[in-house]
Amino acid sequence: MRRLWLAGLLLGFAATLAAQTPTQDRIEADALDPSQQQRYQKLVNELRCLVCQNQSIADSDAPLAADLRTQVHRQLAAGRSDAEISEYVTERYGDFVLYRPPFKRSTWLLWLGPFALLAVALLLAWIFVRRRRPRAVVANAPVDAARLQRLLDEERRQP
Amino acid sequence: MRLGFVLPILLLVGLALLLAFGLGNDPREVPSPLIGKPSPAFDLARLDTDARLTENDLKGRALLVNFWASWCAGCQVEHPLLMRLASEGVEIVGFDYKDEDAAGRQWLQRHGNPYRIIATDPQGQAGLDWGVYGVPETFVLDAGGAIVYKHIGPLTETAWRERVQPALKGAH
Amino acid sequence: MIPELGHFALWVALAVGLLQVVLPALGVWRRNPRLMAMGASGAQAQFFLIAVSYACLTWAFVTRDWSVAYVAANSHSELPLMYRISAVWGAHEGSMLLWVLMLTGWGFAVSVFNRRLPADLAATTLSVLGALNIGFLLFMLLTSNPFAREFPVPLDGRDLNPLLQDPGLIIHPPLLYMGYVGFSVAFSFAIAALISGRLDAAWARWTRPWTTTAWLFLTLGITLGSWWAYHELGWGGWWFWDPVENASFMPWLVGTALIHSLAVTEKRGLLKAWTVLLAILAFALSLLGTFLVRSGVLVSVHAFATDPARGVFILAFLCIVLGIAFALYAWRAPRLVGAVQGELTLFSREGLLLLNNVFLTVAAAAVLIGTLYPLVIDAFNAGKVSVGPPYFNAVFIPLTAPLAVLLGLATAVGWKRAAWGPVLRHLRWPMVAALIAAAALPFLLGEAASLAAFAGGLLGCWVLITAVQEIWRRAGSKRNRWQGLRQVPRAVWGMSIAHVGLGLWVLGVTFVSLYSIERDVRLGPGQAADLRGYSFLFRGVEPHPGPNYDADRGFVEISRDGRFIAQLHPEKRQYRAHQNVMTDAAVDYNLLRDLYVALGEPLQTEGRHQGDWALRVYYKPMMQMVWLGGFVMALGGIVAACDRRYRLAAARTAQGTEAAG
Repeated sequence: MRRLWLAGLLLGFAATLAAQTPTQDRIEADALDPSQQQRYQKLVNELRCLVCQNQSIADSDAPLAADLRTQVHRQLAAGRSDAEISEYVTERYGDFVLYRPPFKRSTWLLWLGPFALLAVALLLAWIFVRRRRPRAVVANAPVDAARLQRLLDEERRQP
Repeated sequence: MRLGFVLPILLLVGLALLLAFGLGNDPREVPSPLIGKPSPAFDLARLDTDARLTENDLKGRALLVNFWASWCAGCQVEHPLLMRLASEGVEIVGFDYKDEDAAGRQWLQRHGNPYRIIATDPQGQAGLDWGVYGVPETFVLDAGGAIVYKHIGPLTETAWRERVQPALKGAH
Repeated sequence: MIPELGHFALWVALAVGLLQVVLPALGVWRRNPRLMAMGASGAQAQFFLIAVSYACLTWAFVTRDWSVAYVAANSHSELPLMYRISAVWGAHEGSMLLWVLMLTGWGFAVSVFNRRLPADLAATTLSVLGALNIGFLLFMLLTSNPFAREFPVPLDGRDLNPLLQDPGLIIHPPLLYMGYVGFSVAFSFAIAALISGRLDAAWARWTRPWTTTAWLFLTLGITLGSWWAYHELGWGGWWFWDPVENASFMPWLVGTALIHSLAVTEKRGLLKAWTVLLAILAFALSLLGTFLVRSGVLVSVHAFATDPARGVFILAFLCIVLGIAFALYAWRAPRLVGAVQGELTLFSREGLLLLNNVFLTVAAAAVLIGTLYPLVIDAFNAGKVSVGPPYFNAVFIPLTAPLAVLLGLATAVGWKRAAWGPVLRHLRWPMVAALIAAAALPFLLGEAASLAAFAGGLLGCWVLITAVQEIWRRAGSKRNRWQGLRQVPRAVWGMSIAHVGLGLWVLGVTFVSLYSIERDVRLGPGQAADLRGYSFLFRGVEPHPGPNYDADRGFVEISRDGRFIAQLHPEKRQYRAHQNVMTDAAVDYNLLRDLYVALGEPLQTEGRHQGDWALRVYYKPMMQMVWLGGFVMALGGIVAACDRRYRLAAARTAQGTEAAG
């Protein structure tokens, strides 16, 4: 178990285990107007914290996450658009940092796959149902009432 | 045999191959989008002199840029290797990441200084621009100042021999 | 001594497991009733042995036996007793022992309730369960022994992961595992059907209560997990589409499809091969989930510490079990379908249930695609990508919204075939009621109306109203409606209750997703933040030691229009053994809204702004509805599983076979 801890440290992500020195002011949310605040929350929830085990920078306590939040905040206050801020981060960290995968050739399968699958599944269900369509009811042969009665009496007599 | 009944086992084979690949793969490693691009612009103070350092100072020869900090445990692990490389003539430029000058100097005094040039990045802005997400990280720059390779985590003997050194040689 | 006893019990269980696999199978092959009956004894013996082993591990935890490596890694001298007991499943090795305990527990249940099953079906099922037991036992004994000793004995333990020191942990994993593992019973029934080549309505009737029970446990487990994350993790979220969360959600989706498919197979004898496939798939996804959580293949907050050896073993086990199952399916399933095809029209209950299955299965596939895609794209060297909540929400909602529509429709549609006229007439007033309710809801909650809120509200109200209407209709047109209600079979009650739960869940999710407000604020003592008319007055932070942690305890007073509502105590805890800091949020909740406060960090330790803290405050409308919906769904499952029909009909059949034999 101790070796596992050391291995974790060796990976160098010591940033998260660093001294508990207060990070720089990450909270200047008061400086943004309401629509900017909303955009801030959205951006900060859609960017990934790279030193964490699958958390957004909004939810992470890691110093790197705090730095990125500050960056987003600063850029929003400076009037940048969501797309520009997103590009800023991906230029430096790649697509991995986006929780909303970009729509490009390598992700067509991802974005379109489920809907293609739905179409195929619905088609298969349709074919399945067509094959089991109830057949037209054959016109009843005229019933021999006497024979029917005899058969029914026999049935009733059985234990 | 109808396709529908055979499909599940075929999909299982595909899945098994994918997962087998996954076992040997590190899902946390983030490749750098800066490979092949010129190094980001920066203007930092230096730890060793009063001059400032910009990206132009890093042009003209192939070198390593190593992001480190005095609070970083992994940096201690790779340090002996860096010292050895420096003594062999490899130029290593150090970026003291989110650190205090005094602490940085003290650390170098205690462990030795492999860096020909040391810049400080107290706010982490340069780190952000270089796509650093956890120190130590080492970049290989070519003579034109473009990033050729990035190594994440402490530099190991194997990594140096197999990937970083060839990248450095190729960059000359 | 005790840990060695526990370890020994595992080896004995392995030996018994081998017998449990071979003897009943032999009995079925040779038609030897005595051998077949050994399956039951084997299952009971295994359960007893694993229970002993589990008790030994618990004993080691309770008595703070630091010489056992697993105990030392997950406990601490100051850890309260209840967490020492729940720490048994706090990490990989112990949770595997819990898994095996559950597996043998289900086997025990099948062996006890099998008196009304045909002997060969029971024997084959127990044999398959025994095989699964062996696999997991081998895994534990070879790679993850919880009883391994550690020398030199450490002076103290390294404490249980602070995230797990919460009442939610005490129930969430056991419930979840009951669900995961419970699908092994349906799986075994399916394999037994494939081997015997027989699948009839009786088979479906036997399989249903087992599946419903596993499903309801999984529902509870997931709901509690979501509730726990909300309270424990401090970021106000309740579902992150994290790989481990998805690992539990995929079996749930397929399990839900299975429950509905079983209804069709029992009632109309249709979809036999499909039902068998779903039963295999549900457990397959459970196994896949086990792999994903413990192999390190995907990054997750929930992942256990990983080891390549373990990952390889689980993958091999997965491939063997599923390989055999799917090969068996490819070979034997065509035989189940038979020559005579039942009739099926789309506009009938079975047709709509078929569509239900289509949407649920595709939704499960979508979650699988999203979860595994980072791996796929990496495997093809096409870069690295993250697939997170924005993707899943964008894809999942369109895939499941039609389900809600179909649900309401299906309540009015009968078996075999239906006509549009009567159906639409039947659904007229629920539609009107749902439209009015959906339009009114935002206003009732004091929110601005929006198209998305209307759509979500409409779906939720539609499901709710039609579910209630179905019960009302079934109670009959007798004058004595109350008498009629009591005569409605439990299976129908269970179905309607579960659907009501779904409706509540949809409403909760709609409103919490659309109208939540979150703010990061910085407050000094005496300062207040305003959120939607609620005033959050920060009174400061005091140190507050706990049993195994030191906390900074905040005092936040919430008021509205001057009226006091609640005082909350969010905390920032530092666990002494682990040295990492954890956020414990504080929530004031009622059915209509949650007010949530979490401490961020202290901003300035001296100077003019001393005592300033960063806080996060949330307003979340209808948050509790999400979990209420989940609990009500599970309640529906409990009611449905207790239907007398399953027990009576089976008994009648047994009597029939006795008379004939």
